[in-house]
This record gives sequence, structure tokens and C-alpha cells, in this order.
Amino acid sequence: MTLLFLQQYWWLLVSLLGALLVFMMFVQGGNSLIFSLGATDVQRRALTNSTGRKWELTFTTLVTFGGAAFAAFPLFYSTSFGSAYWLWMLILVTFVVQAVSYEFQHKQGNLLGARPFQFCLQLNGILGPLLIGAAVATFFEGSNFVVQKDNLTLMADGGGLLSGGSLVISAWANASHGLDALLCPWVLVFGFAVVFLTRILGILYFMNNVEDEDIRSRGSVRLVGQTVPFLILFVAYLVHLMLKDGYAYDPATGVIAVEPMKYLHNLIALWPLAIVLVAGIALVLFGIVVEILAGSPMPGVGKRKDCFADRYANKGIWFAGTGTVLTVLVLLLIAGWNNTAFYPSTADLQASLTIENASSSEFTLRTMAWVSLFIPFVLAYITYAWRALDRKKVTTDEMEHSHHTY
Amino acid sequence: MSPNLLTIDAAAVDWARAQFALTAIYHWLFVPLTLGLGLIMSIMETRYYRTGDDFWRRTTQFWQRLFGINFAVGVATGIILEFEFGTNWSNYSWLVGDIFGAPLAIEGIIAFFMESTFVAVMYFGWDKVSRGFHLASTWLTWLGATISAWWILVANAWMQYPVGCEFNPDTMRNEMTSFFDVALSPFAIDKFCHTVISSWVIGAAFVVAVSAWYLLKRRAAEREMALKSLRIGAVVGLVASVGAAVSGDESAYKVAEVQPMKLAAMEALYNGGTDQSLTAVAWVNPFRQPDYTTEGEAPLRVAIPNGLSILATRTVHGFVPGVNDILNGYTLEDGTVVPSAAEKMARGRAAIAALAAYRQAKADGADEATLSTHLAALRADMPYFGYGFVKDEAELVPYIPVNFWAFRIMVGLGSLFILFFALILFLEWRKRDVSQMRWLLMAAIAMLPCAYVCSESGWLVAEFGRQPWTIQDMLPVSASVSDVEAGAVAATFWLFLTLFTAMLAVEVNIMLKQIKRGSEHNS
Repeated sequence: MTLLFLQQYWWLLVSLLGALLVFMMFVQGGNSLIFSLGATDVQRRALTNSTGRKWELTFTTLVTFGGAAFAAFPLFYSTSFGSAYWLWMLILVTFVVQAVSYEFQHKQGNLLGARPFQFCLQLNGILGPLLIGAAVATFFEGSNFVVQKDNLTLMADGGGLLSGGSLVISAWANASHGLDALLCPWVLVFGFAVVFLTRILGILYFMNNVEDEDIRSRGSVRLVGQTVPFLILFVAYLVHLMLKDGYAYDPATGVIAVEPMKYLHNLIALWPLAIVLVAGIALVLFGIVVEILAGSPMPGVGKRKDCFADRYANKGIWFAGTGTVLTVLVLLLIAGWNNTAFYPSTADLQASLTIENASSSEFTLRTMAWVSLFIPFVLAYITYAWRALDRKKVTTDEMEHSHHTY
Repeated sequence: MSPNLLTIDAAAVDWARAQFALTAIYHWLFVPLTLGLGLIMSIMETRYYRTGDDFWRRTTQFWQRLFGINFAVGVATGIILEFEFGTNWSNYSWLVGDIFGAPLAIEGIIAFFMESTFVAVMYFGWDKVSRGFHLASTWLTWLGATISAWWILVANAWMQYPVGCEFNPDTMRNEMTSFFDVALSPFAIDKFCHTVISSWVIGAAFVVAVSAWYLLKRRAAEREMALKSLRIGAVVGLVASVGAAVSGDESAYKVAEVQPMKLAAMEALYNGGTDQSLTAVAWVNPFRQPDYTTEGEAPLRVAIPNGLSILATRTVHGFVPGVNDILNGYTLEDGTVVPSAAEKMARGRAAIAALAAYRQAKADGADEATLSTHLAALRADMPYFGYGFVKDEAELVPYIPVNFWAFRIMVGLGSLFILFFALILFLEWRKRDVSQMRWLLMAAIAMLPCAYVCSESGWLVAEFGRQPWTIQDMLPVSASVSDVEAGAVAATFWLFLTLFTAMLAVEVNIMLKQIKRGSEHNS
């Protein structure tokens, strides 16, 4: 295992966690639609209880993404979190209020009633995916930061300053601390594409997880309303990404340079990824289309029983979910592999972070690679527990009689 | 705190510290209950599994509902803590991320997924999965939480006693050289044992207090549950409080070895020596740093002869350095000379200067000989690297009153718990009806807040005592922070304070309502 191999391997794992996180944000997307899909209180409760069985996994994926980024690419962790302060704080706050809202919303004595907590779930449902999507988009659009490792030695010379400045190595180049990223239109395009994608996944998850015809038929109608804006935003961003300049580095010298259509070049150079990307997008679309067709008898299609989609009714989430993971994985891989700077700096091109200059030492990466052998085992027990729990679907009836409901 | 550096606004450092302390203190209100109640709940469910008696099922479910209310807040405050390493301690994250990141990642991969997967089965799986699988899920939730405590305490212990790493001047950071030295550091093992076992005391105190309340209110429906829970709670409580005392003693011994200044602050020991007595009480003004250079010793001191020497060195006559000894330098019994603070600071500055010279020379393409001269200079003074950022030796003395009093509160309350749980078990053993002893039941309720105070005091000692270091001798807080203005951090501090306090208020209120409703009700 060479250092470069380990760096690529860990970029793959961090990307995989990122991709899984986007999929798991069906919890957020679903929560943002509680009032749109649930007509009655009991239905809304069934919906929050349905995402309520998974929110901890989403949360854990986010935390582990942070932990893995810290361990494998500490310069990214210290630069992004320490500089884009406000952006990350906003993300954290929306996740914190979400975490307690499940448990608190319907409990006696919660002081505030159910509404504020439901509001928090919805706030996180929209802002969570939007801001995380925005953060991912900065991998392509660049961020306004500088990195100056020699700053730490500024205290030399008997405690005086060699030059005016700060001891801090990584800093945002202006006082907005990350909020200016939200002014970039393409960052917003990608952010909202993620919002609509998570709403799609939320609906598909509900159709699979909540046994309620009312919710299911409403879901398949709402699906169209989410898919159209998603496709417009996503295709727009994809085209933009393929045509835009990227940030390449010379593996021999580490010097970073702008390369036109870098990401398209990456897809061509790493052509199997292009295939995976196409497959991923196709799976997402397939998952959506089967649920739309299966859910509502469309005029002219004739008897619903003949529709192929019926075979996959309420299973769209598995296709769209897998597709989401594959698509996001490829996007993140082409941001970091093939000599690309994955966290470009718009303030100082040479400060841009690459998987080579931001990574941990070979020793640490190798040690962690051994730990990563646990991952298949972790995925296996998650799958096992998920299936065991979901063998019986959530029902509105259960909301009134169960031992533990949110 | 006095301004440490010209380059960084001292207020920014203080706000960053305040924010981290706030988050950690709140986080630690919820985590020990998860660890402690999780254990007791698992024991109860094991009884249900073995006997099939529906009573144990209801009892487990009752405690599980209280567990659930608390669990979410622990998770919510935990995520902030993890990300605050990056948001507020950016320099730190880069300088030691190579070592510190690994435990955090492992915590996520191995512990958090276990916890979050099985907690859902535990809550929702009662009628959906088999009894055996459910029991396993309850234990695995607890195990996941405990493993997560292991890794975060490994990370914390490493900051207090950095081992298994080496500074690399080319990458400008510390790099790991031995994973096992980090993961199995004796300091980490002690810290883990002491912290986790003391969490069980909180779980036990909680179960005992709630049970006592039912007995005090003479609630017939909950009487059996309360009596049996009280007994389990008292057994766990006694075992845990004794275990916490033993592991605490071991921790103090380790602190004496690697963080003598922390021990001196805990003891308010200004001038050390051989045959040191252990202070039981003394008057240390809680609101003012004492004048340790001239005061001699704290007034009104009552002490146990040779106690501190035994605690710190395991010998009756052992030498224990005081604050002034550490500042002025001292010689250990084996002849090792520990340099004075002034010398450490000078050597730290020399290390930083050598590093700067090395990097400049490297950038200028200097020859190997020049580079290795600088490198040799750096290596010679590297053990004192962090002292180079310290401007005034007074910064090296932690705030003594907090350490002194928090340590005494922790030890005093800890001893009280041993007596209290032993008393309950003694009365039970003598077949006395504890449900009739109002004083005992009221005392049991009073023990619960004491348990939290005791536990938080322990953390105050651990974290205040290591100031000014983020990483002992390697990096002070002033060189660890992010480049974020004091105003911005102050804003998030107040935001979190409001948020966490609201969450705590809601949690406590829901808990109380839930307890009042008793064991028979749903949601």
C-alpha cells in the first residue's frame, strides 16, 4: 500500500460516507413534507415515527463523515470547519434542534407544545440538505480561504512578531466565515437540487415504510412536483460542471493550475466512473418513475394491473437510494481523484487542498485502513437490524397503541 | 485570563474555551445517564429474558422511556463537540489531527453506528423482533455508548499525556508513530475506567432516586417496581462508587507522574518537598487566584500526614513538587533535573526559531548540512515546543481555586455515595423495610443532584487543571484556536447556551411528567 493508494482509498471512503449521508437525508426530505403528506394528526405522527426510526443513522453518518475527514484529511477538517465557521455552525444547529424534536414533540410537559418541535424538524428538513449540498458544491466552486503553515512560527525571535499576522494556519479570507459561499448561484443550484432530491427520497421512503394508502397515493402525486425542479436543477448543474474549469495539480510538484473542463476530463480518464454515474442517475429516475406509475392509474395506460411498475410498487426507494449513493459517490470522486484539488481556494490558488497535501501521514492512513475493514461488518448489521425492524411497517394504528412512539 | 499573545485576541481564546466548556459540561449532563442507566436497563431486561416475567418487561420499558428522553439530548450536544474541534480549534486540528482524528473516526465507525442502529431496535422493536434479538439490541446500545466513551477518552487522555507521536517539520504537524501507544496508553485506560464507572454511579443514583420518590409517595402501582429497582440500583451504585474510588486513586497517581502542575493546583500545594501531607480542607478563596509565590501554604489547612506523598508516589516519603517548585525548577529523587519555567520558555522559543529557520532554509534550497543543523536544534528543544508560545510564567499555573474545590467536592461526594449505597444494601440485608424510612428516601432523592455535581467536578479538575495546555507541553490554548473573531464565537456561545438550556429545561420537565405518570402508561 503506497501513500498515494491510501490517500485515494480514504478519499473513496470519505466520499462513500458523503454519498450515504445524502441518501440518508431522506429523513430530512421526509420531515420537510410531513404537513404536505399527512392530512391528519395521526398520519403526521406515523410519518415522523417512520423517519424517527432512522434519524440516528443519518446523524451518525454525518458525525462519522466529520470524523473520517478529520482523521484522513486533517487539513481539510481544520481549514473548512475553522474557516467556514458560520456555514458549519448553521448546519450543526439545524441538526441539533432536529435531534431532540423527535423525542420531545409529543411528550407531556415539553413546555412548548408540538408545533415548535415540528417546525424544527421542517427547518432541518430544508436547511440541512440545502447547506450540506452547498458545502459539497464548494468542492467544485471553490472557497475563499488561505492556508499558511509558517504562521505557527511567527512567535519565534524571542516572542516578538516576525511580521504582522496571526498564528492561525487556516483562515477565511473575509469576515463572512463561509456565508459568502451561499452567494454563489451555482452553489445554490446544487444545494436546492439536493433539497429536492432528499424530498423525493423522503416520499419514496414513506411509501415503502408507512402502510397507509392515503399517504401512498398522496406521495405519488407529490413526487412529480419534486422531480421536475430536481431534474432542472440537477441537469443544469451537471452540464455546468462538465463545462467548467477545474483545479488540477501536478503530482510531481504539487503546483495547482486551472484546467478547462477538468471534471469532464476526469470522467473520461476514469471512464468506469462515467458508467457508474449514468447507472446511478438511471436508477434514481427508475425509482421515481415506478412509484409514479404504480401509485396513480394514468389516463390511457389502462388497467393498472398490467403496469410493469406494480411489481416494484413501494420499492422505489431502493432503486433511487442506490442511484443516489452511486451518483454522489462519482461526483465526489471526480472532485478528488485524478490529480484534482478537492477543496479549491478562490483566494489563493496554491492554498487549494488536494488529497495529497491535506492527508494524514502514511502510518495513520494505514492504521485506519485496518480499522476500515470493520465497515462491511457495520453495513451488514445495519442492514440486518433495518430489515428486522421494518418487517412490520409503520401504521397509523400503531401510533395509538404502541409502547414507544415519538 | 491575561492576554497571552499579541497576535490573537485573548477574548477570542476565552470565548472559544467558554464555548467548548459549555458544550462539554452540557454533554456530560446526558452522557453518564446513558452509560449508567443503559447498564441497569440491560440488567433488568436480562432478567425479563431469563424469567419471562412480564413485571420485568414493564420495568425495563419504564426505564427505557426515561432513557430515551435523555439519549437524544446527549446525541445532539455530542455532534457539536466533535465539530468544535475544527470550528474553534483549527490550528489544533491540523497540528495533531494525524493522531487525534483517528480515535474520532474509529468512534464513529465502530461505536456510533452500533449505538444508533440498535437504539432504534430497542425503542421500536418490542413487538417486532424476537426477545433475544431485543435483549441483544439493548446490550449493544449500551456497549456502543461505552465503546464510544473509550475512544473519546483515548483522545482526551492523549491531549493530557501525548505519546506515540513525533513532530514532522516538513508537514508542520505531529504524526503518529505508534497506534497502540495512543490507544492503550495507561493514562487512557485509567481515564476510561474512572469516567465510565463513575457514570454508573449517576445511573444508579437516578434509579434509586426515582424509586425512592415512588416509595415516598406511597404509589401502590409502582411499589414493586420501585423496591426491586432500588435494590438493583444500590448494588450497581455500590460496586461503581467503590470502583470509581479505586480508579480515581490510580488516576491521581498518573496525574502526579505526567501533570505535576495539575496535582499541585488540586492540592493548592505551593511549595512541595518530601513527606507531603494530603490537604483535607483549607481556606482557598474560590474567586481569586492565590498568591502562591509568597503565601507559603493555604490558611486553615487540615491535612493527613504523608498522605500526598503516598497518593502521588506510592511511597511514604516521596517528593511532590509544588507550584513554585515547578516554576523554579526542581530535582527528582532519581537525580532527574526538571528545568524552570523560564528555561522551558526559552527553549520553546528556541525550538520555534529553529523550526522557522529550517523551513526558511528548505524554501531557499539550502544544503543538507544547514538543514540538519536546524533540525538538530529543533529536536533538542522540541519537548518544550509549546512553552515557546507562553509569554508569562503565571500563565502556566492553572486557576487553583477551581481545581482545589472541585477535587474536594468530587472526592467528598464520591465517598458519601459509597456509604449511602452500602447503607441501603445493609438495611436490605437486615430485612428492614426501606419504604417506611422517609429520611432514607429523601436522602436518596437528594443524592441525585449530588451525583451530577460530583461527576462534573471531576471534569473541572481534569480540564481546568491542564491549563494553559490544549496538549500538555506541546500546544497552549492560545496557539490552538481558529481565526474567528471573539464576537462571532460569543454569538454562537450565547446561541448554544440558550439552546442547551431550553433543551435541558424541556428534558427535565418531560422526565418529571413521565415519572409522575408511572409505569403503566404509554408515551
